[in-house]
Order: sequence, then C-alpha cells, then structure tokens
Amino acid sequence: MQIIVSVLITFFKAFVVGGGICVIAQLLINLTKMTTARILVSFLLAGALLQAVGLYEKLVDFAGAGATVPISGFGYLLAEGAIRGAKIDLYHAITGGISAGAAGIASAIVFGYLFAVLFNAKTKKN
Amino acid sequence: MGRGTVYFKSAPRIIATYTVGGPKESEGPLGKYLHQRLSDDKFGEKTFEKAERKMLSYAIDHAVLSSARNFDGIDAVLSGDLLNQIVSASFAAREFDVPFIGLYSACSTMSESLSLGACLIDGGYMDTVVCATGSHFASAERQYRFPLELGCTRPPCAQWTVTGAGATVLSKEGNGPKITMATFGRVVDFGVTDVNNMGAAMAPAAADTLYRHFRETDSRPEDYDYIVTGDLGAYGSSLMDALMKDKGYSISSRHMDCGKMVYHPAETEFQGGSGAGCSAITLNSYFYRELTQKPIKMIFMATGALLSTTTSQQGESVPAISHLVVIDSRRGEAKCR
Amino acid sequence: MKQKPNEKYLQFVSATTPTTKERRTLLHAFFIGGTICSVGQFLRYMLSYWAGLSGDTLAGTVSVILIFLGSLLTGLGVYDRIGKFSGGGSIVPITGFANSVVSPAMEFKSEGYVYGVAAKMFVIAGPIIVYGVLSSVVIGLIYYVAYLF
Repeated sequence: MQIIVSVLITFFKAFVVGGGICVIAQLLINLTKMTTARILVSFLLAGALLQAVGLYEKLVDFAGAGATVPISGFGYLLAEGAIRGAKIDLYHAITGGISAGAAGIASAIVFGYLFAVLFNAKTKKN
Repeated sequence: MGRGTVYFKSAPRIIATYTVGGPKESEGPLGKYLHQRLSDDKFGEKTFEKAERKMLSYAIDHAVLSSARNFDGIDAVLSGDLLNQIVSASFAAREFDVPFIGLYSACSTMSESLSLGACLIDGGYMDTVVCATGSHFASAERQYRFPLELGCTRPPCAQWTVTGAGATVLSKEGNGPKITMATFGRVVDFGVTDVNNMGAAMAPAAADTLYRHFRETDSRPEDYDYIVTGDLGAYGSSLMDALMKDKGYSISSRHMDCGKMVYHPAETEFQGGSGAGCSAITLNSYFYRELTQKPIKMIFMATGALLSTTTSQQGESVPAISHLVVIDSRRGEAKCR
Repeated sequence: MKQKPNEKYLQFVSATTPTTKERRTLLHAFFIGGTICSVGQFLRYMLSYWAGLSGDTLAGTVSVILIFLGSLLTGLGVYDRIGKFSGGGSIVPITGFANSVVSPAMEFKSEGYVYGVAAKMFVIAGPIIVYGVLSSVVIGLIYYVAYLF
C-alpha cells in the first residue's frame, strides 16, 4: 500500500513539475512570440546554468522525469557531465558534457534519419 | 492623370478567367465558384513546388482555352509567384511557346499583372495577354516559416496561405468587364516587424494607394460598388478601414477582402487567407462571375508584403505595396474625367 | 531614404492585435507537458524494475525511447497536431527536440539525402546542440579551474 502511494506521489510530482516547466514555456510564447528554436535553446541554457550552480540536481531528485524529460534536463545532463569530467582532468572537463548527452544526440540523428526516409511530410488541414 | 494613376482609353477587356483551388479552398465559401477543385493538394506531383507550378500552368492553359483562342493568339504571359526567383511562374511558362514577362510583387502580383497587361494593350503594343499568379500553402510554409510537421503554434494574428492559382485573359477587343484605370502602389513601411502580423504591415500600403487613387481621380468610395483588397485578413481590413477613416473616407460598407472571403469563419486560420493565390482565385472566380452577371464598377487591389526570410531575420521591418485596378462591367463608354 | 516608423500606427497595432487566449493555452501546455513527463516517469519505473537499469544508463535509455516516440509521432503526422493544441507542452519535452529534428529532415527529402535530409536536419535543433556543447565545455572548464585551487 505504502509503495503504491509513493509511486503515485512520484508520478504526481513528475506531472506537476514537468507541466509547470511547459507552462513557463507557454507563457514565453504568449508574451514574447518566441519561436521553437529560441525556446528550446533558452530552456537548455537555463537547465545547464542551474546545474552549474548546483540547483537543477535538487529539482531532479524531487521530480524525477518531471525535471529530466524537458529540454532543460538535457542541459542539466550536459552540465553535470562536464562537472564530473572536470574532477578527473582537463580532457574530461571538455568531453564530459557531450559524452553525457551522447545518447540523446545519437538517437535523435538515427531516428530522425530513419523516419525522414520512411515518411513524407504531409500538408496541414488546419 | 496624376502620379501613378493611368487611364486606359481603349479599356482592355477581361475575356476569360480560370481558377484552380486546393482542397481547403474548395471546401470554403468560394469553392462552388472555382473552375477546378483539387482533392489532392499535390495535384498528382511529387513535391509541393511542382504542384504549385502545375496549378499555375493549368490555370493559364485553361484560361486561354476558354477564351476560344490558342496560344498563337497570345502575345505575352505576365506572371509571378511567391517562391524564390519566381520559379513557379517561369517554369510554368516553359511549357508555353509564348513570350513571358516575369513579375514579382509578392501577394500583389495579380493586380500588378493586370495593370501592366492593360498598359501593354492600351498602348497598342499587344492585343491579348494572360495575367496569372498562384501560391501553395505547403511551399510557402517551407520557404517562409517552419517545416510542416513541426509542432509549433500559430499566433492568432497569423493567416493561412491559399493553395490555388488564377489566370485572366486580357484582350483589346471582346465582350467582358473593362479595365478602365490603374493606380500603381508605392512601397509603404510603417515599421511593423512582426512577420506573423501581415495584415498590419500591408494595411498602410493599401490605404495609401486607395487614398491616392481617390485624390488623383477625384472620386469617392460611393463611386464604386466594391472595394476589394487582396489578403489583409480580418484584422488588417479593420486597420485599413480605420486608416481610410482618418483620411476622411468611409469605405467599410463596400470594403471586401479576399482573405476574409476564402475560408469559412469556423475553419479560418484566425485571420483568413493570404498569398498570391488568394486574390487570384477570388477575383477570377467569384468577382468575375459577379462582373459578368451584373453591371458593377469595382476596385481590385491586391496587397503584398515585400519581405524575405533574410530581411526579417535581420530585424528589418516589413515594407508593403498595393497596386490598384478599376474593373467596370457597366455598359457604354467609361467616362473619362 | 528609409521611411520612419509610424509610432502612432505601431502603438495602435500593438494595442489592437488579437492575442492568444492565455488561460486555456497554459492549461493545455500543463496537461500535455505533464503527461509526457509522466510517460518518462513510467518508463523509468519499468526500465529499473524489468531491465534493472539505474543512474546514467536509465536516464539515457528513457531519453532514447522518448526521442523514438517523438520521431515516430512526427513521421506519422501526429506531433504537429499535438503541438497546435498544446504549444509549449509539446515543444519543451525531449520529444519536441526529436520533432524539431525529424520535421525538417522529412520535409527536405525532396532536395536529396545529403543537402536535404542531412543538411536540414538541424535547421532548428542545431542551435540546441551548439549552445548545449558550448555551455557544457564552458562549465567544465570553469569547474576544472576551480578544482585546481
């Protein structure tokens, strides 16, 4: 019983934090007419910066996927990898970030290519 | 008669028109007036660009066919479109053995081609010309905005590029509505930088041309049954009415906008249609029918935003233009002032 | 000579331009964004329970699966519909990143597999990679220098 409750609470936290981050993005869209690329870049940088000062980690511990699934979680991943690398040596300080983000970048390229080959762009009806 | 306003003594006639519209346009309020309704917006072609040029050449071909002439009797094709280097128009003209005059005036191309065509005929240089233009939602979206499958939101001031093409055959003689006057537009830029708010960028240009036309021909809005703008959309139209009111002309009761007419309000992408095809299909289907059935004197002024993706990314504002033609289907000689 | 901006007109325009109905779009963004994150949380549970993954491997695998799903939905022509409905709710999650990679790649297939698919793939997502790599290297270097002292 306790397990079920804790699982539900975890889901609730992920939902609320993840949804909350998206609401901030929507607010930016409504108020500043930002385009997709700008929003993605700002959230990525925000995640990386927050992790650089050690804050985003705490959000991840609290909300799990609610903090890692948004693109700011990708920024967190990169920053965290770089910080971990910096503890080893200069070489790893430089490569650490991209190594940590390798799964995301590789899969985006592979699946992107795959589905671009398989499917054709369709026009919009509305 | 004044700077930029010309009067056509011989009053060239519109002897035939033809329009092709995409699926969304065919379902819209103007669908029943279109000559050719497409169920597939690729028109059987592999790419949207090929579909756009096929629509354009199809419209030109069938307009000439329905004018009961063949291409030997056509002196020139005046055409343009929205794609870079006006490829749709020139590639469409590749199929015809006729001199081709490529034009670019963004979405104002329809009225630019009509006014230049009328000049060529009235000057006695040519007997019969075809004026045509078109646009395609998907190819315009690819060039100006985002990939089709990108999950982005459209702001509520945005418009929807019309998929369609229209062609008009102008001739020295024949029966049909006359083109009696034209006023060439100035490039007007009030400093609007939002590329999604085209209505606001173009309304000042339309108001400027219309104001100059009224001044230079000493006419009033009451002299015309319709004042038809190209693709200002609902919001842009209200801006234009307000700008004209400031100058002392009340046009809202006879002002119609092709962009507002082309889609049902429910399916309207917020503000209505836009694109070169928008005014081309509306003029050549609905208004041509009105003109041939009733004695009407109308102003047709397509509106164009003269921007490119480069200029907008570099933060430039959006200059706009609007060319105006007067089309008259009343019997008897048009009065020369 | 450049025309001067007509300030009076611009003010009028910015005051009257129709704007997004805010409360509804925020609600949509919240629910779709929250749902996508919950799917991520579900995957975390499943993968750690059934596959015994943990730490970086777990986080990475969840991202890969979500990117797969985002790409697939884009390919099927569903993601742009979700995007129209939810706005920021489907842009910000990692699935939105996948959408921004797949959509131009699909679209520009007509220009070939080198200049079309491959070159246009990062038209929108490229800046993310660029700034992601830049920021991570800068942070890494700062921390490296900090650890020296």
